Amino acid sequence: MTVSTDAPAAASVSTPATRLRSLGWIARRVGGGVFVLWAVATVIFFALRLIPGDPVDAVLGGPGSQASAEAVAQIRADYGLDQPLIVQYFLAMGKLAVADFGTSYALKVAVAPYVLTQLWSTLVLTLASLVVAWFGALALTLATSGRGRVARALGSGLELLAAAVPHFWLASLLIILLSNTLHWLPPISVPGPLGLVLPVLTLALPLTGFLGQVMRESLANAYEQPFVLSARARGESEWGVRLRHVLRHAALPGISLSGWAFGSLLSGAVVVETIFARPGLGRTLLSAVTIRDIPVVTAVALLSALTFIIVTIATDVVDRIVDPRVTEVAAR
Amino acid sequence: MTEILAGRLSQPAGRAPGIRGRGGWLRNTGVIIALAVLALILTAALAPQLITTADPDAVAPAEAFQSPSAAHFFGTDESGRDVYTRVVFGAGNSLLIGIAATAVGLGLALILGLLGGLGSRLGDFVSTRIVEVMFALPGLLLALVFIAIAGPGVVTSTVAVGLSTAPGYARIIRSHLRSVRSASYVEAATVLGHSRARIVWQHILPGALSPIFVLGTLGVGQAIVWASSLGFLGLGVAPPAAEWGAMLSSGRTYIDVAWWLTVFPGLAIVATAASFTVLGRALNARTRQEARG
Repeated sequence: MTVSTDAPAAASVSTPATRLRSLGWIARRVGGGVFVLWAVATVIFFALRLIPGDPVDAVLGGPGSQASAEAVAQIRADYGLDQPLIVQYFLAMGKLAVADFGTSYALKVAVAPYVLTQLWSTLVLTLASLVVAWFGALALTLATSGRGRVARALGSGLELLAAAVPHFWLASLLIILLSNTLHWLPPISVPGPLGLVLPVLTLALPLTGFLGQVMRESLANAYEQPFVLSARARGESEWGVRLRHVLRHAALPGISLSGWAFGSLLSGAVVVETIFARPGLGRTLLSAVTIRDIPVVTAVALLSALTFIIVTIATDVVDRIVDPRVTEVAAR
Repeated sequence: MTEILAGRLSQPAGRAPGIRGRGGWLRNTGVIIALAVLALILTAALAPQLITTADPDAVAPAEAFQSPSAAHFFGTDESGRDVYTRVVFGAGNSLLIGIAATAVGLGLALILGLLGGLGSRLGDFVSTRIVEVMFALPGLLLALVFIAIAGPGVVTSTVAVGLSTAPGYARIIRSHLRSVRSASYVEAATVLGHSRARIVWQHILPGALSPIFVLGTLGVGQAIVWASSLGFLGLGVAPPAAEWGAMLSSGRTYIDVAWWLTVFPGLAIVATAASFTVLGRALNARTRQEARG
């Protein structure tokens, strides 16, 4: 899904011409990414102005504040909210273009450093979950694919259930089981690696199911390829075949789906961070949307989009390195 | 999420595991279980009185927080309401939200996909960019902003879920339309001199839109999970009504004392979502097999 349809030149043969074309490909992708960022900023700008209520309320800490008319007018002028909408838009875009995210309405702190610390927390969570899900799915499919009928049914059944589990429910189950009953882990996310276990498990398990389902299919296809037959004919062991020849094929969809997976993990992070009271982008987003903290929502949206774009481009690059056939597949 | 499971719809038919040959009976057992679960949930949605005799909103403070027993299969909640009855009555709300959200998502995707798959170069460019932008925003962010604009509630959260699933569907529909457009039978119709409108109506659309049914089946389960997440965050169905996500949300407060408030509504969600997935994949395998002839 992340494979660009017009991607030229396999990365396998590195001649000056193909290298040039690869550079052109990357340049086009980066250009597309900049466009998407601008569009996201524009959509978010106008969407947030559609939320009913006065943004000044967010600055004053809620609609019930008893601020005087002068104070309200002062705030309006301070935040540029007295300008016509179109002027506000161009001012906002000008600031965003130089990465000036402004001041949070509610927290009265500079948005950029605040959101970046939140991003770090979420990145740790999502990347750890991605890695866990990745290895979990690989292990599950490699161990249960191939011959045994019962093993296969067990594997795909587990994947199916894992993929159907809502994050918030899984989190509750894990809290009931591992915290309240067995007292192994803290029910909220304390600092340190121990507090990371439950949130990561919550995010990783459903993703394991999704990745496993896709990997299983490409693994099944790989088993029917001629190179597997010839490897077997050479007398390679079953696990030799799996690890040396089939694994690469199972990994491919996992790689190309990582961009998508990352996006869905960001969505999942909203729920998981709320449940485990863990600081992060998701929880920041939820509260910022609720109290209409426009600069914070804009920054979170742009950061998520930027992360998504970077991850997508990176996975496409990795895809082209791992599988030189990508270009042919994409051209089909 | 659906686009992963259905991602291969648009590709030429490959191996369709499970229908023929090894492991077929397992797949069929799965389909039978899935159909049974869905039949049960459909009954609960259409005629809940057939499965339970109690009133989902009957409050009995003296019987609060009873653990599962013969009298209350799934226990009782903080107001002494029967959790089993509430799960049964919640099926209608949850199913309706899931189906409606999928319909909204597919409808939106159909507009974008048709524009991209059949429209001019400009139309394709515009729709591809729109889909790209929607993809770059996490689905929940789209949903949250939409709910902030329109106010929380059943209809809003349904549309919000549809909105966040639309880009995935749009991509699949577009690429499928494009592959059908370059099929040899369409080329033949062009050579025969049929009008463009007739070719689109008679040849491209029927072939290209057949996967929508499969996509929808796969999508309903995920939409229910999504919608329940919004309900859990307090942005969906208002609390007194029986809906699985909302039940989980209020049950979370009592997670230390009453595990059954959390476990059973969640099981209902998982069983429904997994059943829709199994059914959708079986339909998918079958369509591909028919396409192969």
